[in-house]
Amino acid sequence: MDFAGAYTPDHLKFLLEGFLVTLKVAGIAIVLSFIIGGLIGTIRYAKIPILSQILAILVELIRNVPLLLIIFFTFFALPEVGIKLTPTMAAITALTIFESAMLSEVIRSGLNSIHKGQLEAGRSSGLSYVQTLWHIVLPQALRRMVPPIVSQFISLLKDTSLAVVISLSELMHNGSVIYAQPGGDKFIMPIFILIAGMYFVVNYALSIIARRLELKTT
Amino acid sequence: MLDFTILTENWDMYAEGFKVTLLCSLLALIGSFLLGTILAVFRIAPIKPLNWIGTIYVEFFRNIPLLIIAFTIFVGLPTLGISFDGFQAGTIALIIYTSAFIAEAIRAGILAVHKGQTEAARSSGLTYIETMRYVILPQAIKIVIPPLGNQFINLVKNSSILSVIAAGELMYQADLISLRTYVVFDVYIIVALLYLVITLPLSYGVNYLEKRLAKSN
Repeated sequence: MDFAGAYTPDHLKFLLEGFLVTLKVAGIAIVLSFIIGGLIGTIRYAKIPILSQILAILVELIRNVPLLLIIFFTFFALPEVGIKLTPTMAAITALTIFESAMLSEVIRSGLNSIHKGQLEAGRSSGLSYVQTLWHIVLPQALRRMVPPIVSQFISLLKDTSLAVVISLSELMHNGSVIYAQPGGDKFIMPIFILIAGMYFVVNYALSIIARRLELKTT
Repeated sequence: MLDFTILTENWDMYAEGFKVTLLCSLLALIGSFLLGTILAVFRIAPIKPLNWIGTIYVEFFRNIPLLIIAFTIFVGLPTLGISFDGFQAGTIALIIYTSAFIAEAIRAGILAVHKGQTEAARSSGLTYIETMRYVILPQAIKIVIPPLGNQFINLVKNSSILSVIAAGELMYQADLISLRTYVVFDVYIIVALLYLVITLPLSYGVNYLEKRLAKSN
């Protein structure tokens, strides 16, 4: 193990660039997943006929296959039907598909946790169904959803490492580039330790935030 | 439409992958259940250093990607003279990672058993370990089964990362098949169906148990 040789400023900068890609891809994916997952969760909560059944099946299917398969699929299989994506686009697409399904369940159970009386009160004071959802139910539910959404973001950050299989230049990939150079064998363990450390620091901080928020809301 | 001749013509490879996926998921479930139980007991034992070990383990491995654990074991450890094949490395990585989550599920289950139970057992002369073994754990298990089921589903899905370190599970076989047949789309859809054959019944089972548990309380 050669720590000094592995942690040169150049290597550290390269790893940091990789981590920024990880954060960027995960960040874009969580925002998209929140929007799509929010829509799916709300449609299923409102029990819109046919549409909510179709979405229920889709969510179940996506949640029960490995994310790695979805990543491979978006990058290698979609070109067969004429959709070509760059590694970044494919990673964001795959993570968004997977995470939307996960978040839709979080959002649906958040909505379900709001007492039915709130909905009834809103409706009987003359608001339409959509207005009641938007002004009464969603704001209350959102506050309860924040902790599980932060947890999902932690999973997402970890899951982004899987995009190494489609050569997205994220943290894992940049790490492997460093130790793949001639004589890089002795860098392998130091690099892995550093990568694990970087993930740990960010995710642990996030999990503390999630816990704080949880205490506040309950 | 889906070309199922891919499935029939490459049946051997799909079946082999399916077998390896199931085997490593099962081994990892048993391993991480044992390790997770020990860690959970560590975290609630009335001995501070054990608490620390349990907490550090759980917090560390929950917050790093499974892939980095697998790479460390498969690519990293050989540089220190410790080598495993892909299957061993992958299964060990799954155990290390999943036991952190299972430890939390079991800890929550133990904490959900009323405190009076511990006090009653302790005051009737059982030692702490006996109390855990005969009074608390048997009751906690009932609460823990649904989250354990969820972890098993995650294990089956996560075992797909073994393909990255060349263990011959389902995902890996799919890659080989698609290289051989030059077909990608259908090969992956069939693999997805094979995963669903395992995970969907499990997820329905977990849902059923959760509902029954909610009713019995």
